[in-house]
Amino acid sequence: MPSTLVNMQQKNITVESIAATVPVVEIDKLNVYSKGSHILKNVSTVIPKNKITVLLGPSGCGKTTLLKCLNRLTDLYPDLKVNGSIRIDGEDIFDSRKDITAIRQKMGLLLQRPYPLPMSIYDNIAYGLKLKGIRSKKIISEKVEKHLKEVALWEEVKDRLKTSAQRLSIGQQQRLCLARGLAVEPEIILADEPSSALDPISSRVIEEEFIRLKSDYTIILVTHILRQAKRLADNVIFMYYGEIIESGPAEEIFENPQSEILKEYLHVGH
Amino acid sequence: MTLRRKWEEKFFHGLSAIVTLLIVLVLVHLVWTIIAKGASSLSWKVVSEPPNGSFYFTGEGGGFLNAIAGSFYLAVSAVILSFLVSLPVALFLNIYLIKVPRLLTACRFFLDVLWGIPSIVYGAFGFLILMYLGYRNSLGAGIITVATLISPIMIRSMDEVLKTIPIGLQEASYALGSTKTETAFKIFFKQAFPGLATAVLLAFGRGIGDAASVLFTAGFTDLVPHSLGDPTATLPLFIFYQLSSPSESVQNLAYAASIVLTLIILVVSITARLLKPKR
Repeated sequence: MPSTLVNMQQKNITVESIAATVPVVEIDKLNVYSKGSHILKNVSTVIPKNKITVLLGPSGCGKTTLLKCLNRLTDLYPDLKVNGSIRIDGEDIFDSRKDITAIRQKMGLLLQRPYPLPMSIYDNIAYGLKLKGIRSKKIISEKVEKHLKEVALWEEVKDRLKTSAQRLSIGQQQRLCLARGLAVEPEIILADEPSSALDPISSRVIEEEFIRLKSDYTIILVTHILRQAKRLADNVIFMYYGEIIESGPAEEIFENPQSEILKEYLHVGH
Repeated sequence: MTLRRKWEEKFFHGLSAIVTLLIVLVLVHLVWTIIAKGASSLSWKVVSEPPNGSFYFTGEGGGFLNAIAGSFYLAVSAVILSFLVSLPVALFLNIYLIKVPRLLTACRFFLDVLWGIPSIVYGAFGFLILMYLGYRNSLGAGIITVATLISPIMIRSMDEVLKTIPIGLQEASYALGSTKTETAFKIFFKQAFPGLATAVLLAFGRGIGDAASVLFTAGFTDLVPHSLGDPTATLPLFIFYQLSSPSESVQNLAYAASIVLTLIILVVSITARLLKPKR
């Protein structure tokens, strides 16, 4: 980041546009292997700040694996061998001296299905805050309210904050999971097909939320739904069989695809 | 369907129905036998008093409170002791050892072997340790032996429950910045709580009903034990000893004790069933 920053300041570019072009995530020659198969092949790319970057591609092309590399959830899978480098805010996340929990707290995660923690609605949001060392009940209560309002869930649950989160409907659960992720004040939101299990209304709430959130967060969204990608994407990374085929601003990718595979994919998706 | 397939279907349907019925009949017969022989001897007196007078010769005078109390002390303490070991082990297997699948498989295999070892072997093992340490038959020795016997059962039952926790919940927990310990005790424990409780009760049922492991280690006495160093009576051994008496009235006391033991295990099983998650 420093060299880019200096160059841009020399050229007298405004602060906002610097923020808009500074890469948050830099991936360099990332390879992932699993039991003899090569899941990600030499992936290198950058993901810019305060944009929605969509990882697009057919099922099984490595989008989810790439997403899970970013907060090292790949550690959970003994079969995965990861090499290469990923820098987030210039920090190498594979550096074993770095505190992995702090790196993960920079990122909020939204999965295909919501997984509320086995506790009350209130505690689902308070949990992450307590991990960050926030003890004041007043601050926690304020944040619970703020983030539940942020995902348009407050009105529906304000009278039963102490009841189990696992009793909410699946759409409410997914919004709760988003609020839970936002409460720890991440820089980046990682979303893995977050609306694939939801009804159309809940999924629209999530999409609208993303558009509103991108002024404050960097959003990385995995999807195979072309229409969703078109509605949301600022940038698109198109993947196929573990490789990045094309990447760039959404208009360019959708209006002027270069490779045959992407043309085919866009055509079939129409 | 061809005729052969039709007959095949009928044959196996009939066979499984008959076998099921047979099992139910055996169970009914067993329960009926202990009730028929024991119910007449069962009274408030026999469950509330220790033996005295000519109890062992005529079945008169006192009861078998010593065995009921002994069994409870022994099984409850053994379950607590075993729980303190089993929960961390089961969590360790599912949080840390999943990174080393081969070692995990080996651990599960050995625990299954330990589960299958007959309880008399645990009894003999406990007895050897007892001799080595120079202790006598006692409640303490019985507790340790029974805890050893039920730990593999508790660990593997807990392990099976923890295995069912979806990977997505683990990812969610780690993504929020939890450490492994926080994930284990705050997420896994809460999520699996009903199943873990079932595992504990299962182990309790096994512990309280086992005779062979306490045969050499806990001893037998007419008194209710007051310390870990005292020998203690247990219901299974009480049943064993009374049944070898030539007097029918004494034998019937064994059946009365069987009713008490069966009831305890029934209550525990029903509680375990009620605790099972409904989802």
